[in-house]
Amino acid sequence: MRLMTAGKFKPSALRKIGLGLCLALAGGIGWAQQAPSADSSLTVEPKPAGGPLLMRRLTESQYRATIADVFAPDVPIAGRFERGLREDGLIAVGTSHGSMSAFSVEQYDVSARSVAADVTSEKRRARFVPCQPKSATAFDKTCADQFVTDYGLKLFRRPLSSQERDRFVQVAKAGQQKLGSFYEGLEYTLIGMLDSPQFLLRLERSEPDPAQSGALRLDGWSKAVRLSYFLTNSTPDAELLRAAAQGELHTDEGLARQVDRLLATPQLEGAVRAFFWDMLQFDGFSDLFKDPAIYPGYTSAVAKDAQEQTLRTIVTHLAREKGDYRDLFTTRQTWLSRPLGVLYRLPVVVRNGWERAEYPADSERAGILTDVSLLALHSHPGRSSPTLRGKSLREIFLCEKVPDPPANVNFSIVQDAVFKPGSTARLRLAEHSGNPVCAGCHKLTDPIGLTLENFDGAGSFRAKENGAEIDVSGSLEGKDLVGAEGLGQAMHDNPSVPSCLAEKLYRSAIGRDISTSEEPFLEYLVGRFESERFRVPALMRSIALSRSFYFVSMPIKTAPQHTVAAAKKGERS
Amino acid sequence: MTQLSRRTILRGMMNGAKVGMALPFLDIFLDVNGEALAATGQRLPVRFGTWIWGCGFIPERWIPTSEGADYTMPPDLEPLAPYRKQMAIFSGFDVKLDGVANKPHQTGNLGLRTGIPVPGETVHAPTFDVLIGEVIGQGTRFRSLELSASGIERSYSFRGAGSPNPSEVSPVALYQRIFGEGFQDPNAAGFKPDPRTMVRRSVLSAVTDDRQRIMKSLGAADRQRMDEYFTAVRQLEQQLDLQLEPPAKVDNFTMPKAPDKTVIDADVEHVMVNHKLMAGLLAQALACNQTRVFNMLFSDTASNLRRSASSDTHHTLTHEEPINPKLGYQEQVAWFAAKSMVACRDFVDALAGIKEGAGTLLDNTLLVAHSDCSIAKAHAVEGIPMMVIGSGGGRVRTGYHKAGRADAASRIGLSVQQAMGVQVEKWGTGSMDTNRTVTELVA
Repeated sequence: MRLMTAGKFKPSALRKIGLGLCLALAGGIGWAQQAPSADSSLTVEPKPAGGPLLMRRLTESQYRATIADVFAPDVPIAGRFERGLREDGLIAVGTSHGSMSAFSVEQYDVSARSVAADVTSEKRRARFVPCQPKSATAFDKTCADQFVTDYGLKLFRRPLSSQERDRFVQVAKAGQQKLGSFYEGLEYTLIGMLDSPQFLLRLERSEPDPAQSGALRLDGWSKAVRLSYFLTNSTPDAELLRAAAQGELHTDEGLARQVDRLLATPQLEGAVRAFFWDMLQFDGFSDLFKDPAIYPGYTSAVAKDAQEQTLRTIVTHLAREKGDYRDLFTTRQTWLSRPLGVLYRLPVVVRNGWERAEYPADSERAGILTDVSLLALHSHPGRSSPTLRGKSLREIFLCEKVPDPPANVNFSIVQDAVFKPGSTARLRLAEHSGNPVCAGCHKLTDPIGLTLENFDGAGSFRAKENGAEIDVSGSLEGKDLVGAEGLGQAMHDNPSVPSCLAEKLYRSAIGRDISTSEEPFLEYLVGRFESERFRVPALMRSIALSRSFYFVSMPIKTAPQHTVAAAKKGERS
Repeated sequence: MTQLSRRTILRGMMNGAKVGMALPFLDIFLDVNGEALAATGQRLPVRFGTWIWGCGFIPERWIPTSEGADYTMPPDLEPLAPYRKQMAIFSGFDVKLDGVANKPHQTGNLGLRTGIPVPGETVHAPTFDVLIGEVIGQGTRFRSLELSASGIERSYSFRGAGSPNPSEVSPVALYQRIFGEGFQDPNAAGFKPDPRTMVRRSVLSAVTDDRQRIMKSLGAADRQRMDEYFTAVRQLEQQLDLQLEPPAKVDNFTMPKAPDKTVIDADVEHVMVNHKLMAGLLAQALACNQTRVFNMLFSDTASNLRRSASSDTHHTLTHEEPINPKLGYQEQVAWFAAKSMVACRDFVDALAGIKEGAGTLLDNTLLVAHSDCSIAKAHAVEGIPMMVIGSGGGRVRTGYHKAGRADAASRIGLSVQQAMGVQVEKWGTGSMDTNRTVTELVA
């Protein structure tokens, strides 16, 4: 069975692999991923398909980066954040769906108050308030106007309308009148702006496209916002807002100038970090627990540093050193901290903080798949899981969907193997292959995960399990391989790996799932990525300069969501 | 609600149960005629909550062998024996799949809570706690409180697809949220509204002023999302409104102490501690009208509970533990199932431990306790164990075991919604679509 037409990259077909594939594989039918076509004519961007205007919620990291950039990194954010909604593997896509809970709005208000109190405090107001009021105890309309206009632009990412400005100035005035202090008036109006949907949500706006009558385009401010959060994970800076105001983002040169400028800022690292945090599903660490009796070395400090290790390695390699994405699966270069050194059994000189390190050649470790973070995240609390590891690897790095186990499986065949002395994960899982219902999916996951069995549920090295020597042979897409290094090399050489990254990065950038009409564009992106030697900033540049990234299709009629409001109107299905 | 005179409240009552319920519980009434009021069950604040435990049960240890009031208490329900009269046991009620793929530990749970089985986690309707909260949860500081005892940051309270109400996992954070800044001690002497609160209130008015204009610019789906945002802001406004008026006095209320920091993970002994702490804080919060609706997730539906030093979790055991031939069931799984009922007792103890009127907080609460499946090993959604505990101020009848005989579980969801005043004639889709309440529960 051929799943894909030779020479054609079909991302959505890949992601939609379902139970059918599992069952097909149960019958022993292999499949092969094809490389993106070398003779592709797609060296120019295909006609953009575009998508709807979106209303995306700021993620926690975007909220934090935005406050740091608009004010200062040390301005306190006291509220808590609701866990992001993950859709199709990405929280970035979830930001366009779902709605805010009462909890979230309550906590946003807590954050708004802590930010506003700090910014207008006696100690810091000289820095953050752009004007000197005539008196600290009287209302100064000119100064309040300026404060609201300045921060309105920065927080709403567009100039305020005169009504909006007047409304917030009025709040400042009422505050001053009630509380006596001009700065307290500013404090409360700032709280209002930070609680506003225009700040918490990225509300995109369109305007008629002068180049094409009847068509719409994103307005300059909305373009700036898409661009900025994609390339810096933060709000547009002053120069980008200036360019937006001047209409420069609607011209090729103007856009290219901003894209290249942003790609050269240190904030690019923040964007790469945020994307991979999302793609690697590190939000899962918030409720990942390990049994301290089984894994005494796995402490909360280790869990925190393990994530940082992987993200640091990725950011250094991709953003700072402009390395080949595929090398992340083979590189021995990494970062270590003291708490991690204990777990990895490697010396760490630096007492606090991080040092560049290398996995020794005989350590069985190479590439981020052997980092404690990924190994621990995809294991059980008290043991490793080749199945979870294999499944996550397919879903995260290959953009495939491995179905859930069928509900009515008879597990009794597995049970006997589990409690045998000298039992290994391989032995236990071997039982699944005897059952055609299980075998389909386990053949997708286990041969990958078993190569990582030298690492226990907390990511520590082990040669034996229950006294038995561990066999780390496995396979990926029909190719036999041995151990973590073999897996890393196979991933490095697998053309689906960079294709999947291009797809995820694009979906993250646009904040929605892609339609079939966008597949040619993805093919084009993958081709660009390859010709740029798989450098991620170059891929980001291709996306940021593409017309597809900004293109607005005519509003699509979407089915209303099922919510309380809908239910009230009797629309419950 | 700006004035809390006895007159206002009486007027509220005249306007019907809903308005009456939206008012805080006041002792001035009970002093006069407490018992009578309590006996009518209409005029005391009524609370609704759910309590979920994961991975089902061992039927022979949980289902009473006979129906009605005179059943013999089965071993796993023994911890709840003190509440026999306040508890209705429902066995044999099914989530009907109608061919919908059964996503393990999700489909049964969400089907039971929305009346619509879904093949994943994307609900097609709000969960029943949210619908009930729309009726009884107005006018309090929190529309609802969601708690999770096993460190899992999720809840099964959904306002809509992709819109869960997140759970608190830390007793310390829960305490801070309820009894920290913004909490008014109901019995504190001398009330003076804070001018800052008044300013904050006007700030929110400025935020919501633009509502119409913003809504107009959005497509249908985003308009609904924005509507939810404004509804959430409304809660914030309400919190400030409440702070601007003197709090209603509450009998027997003492300010709880802040809990010490605890270990939060899935070790069952830690979970029991955190669960009990959170149950106690919740009960206090209910007693002083901080909320009327709650959802407690004791263990996640694919229960990650484990015993210290064991490499297995409750969930993995359901699939991997062999059946003990002597017992006829999985022994370790049974241990977790029994432990879950001990936890349930802890929770009910917390509610019953607070005096209210002539009875306890439990009497004025309707608690639906349920799991996500019956036999976890097979992820069976037929006969998911359910209990109704507390009579919701006399709105439902308890004290019996009722066998569902493969009836739709949505009958219970429909019954409790009607009992709580939700205007709903029929509920659920397909084979779950029902207009039949459970007569033992409601008339």
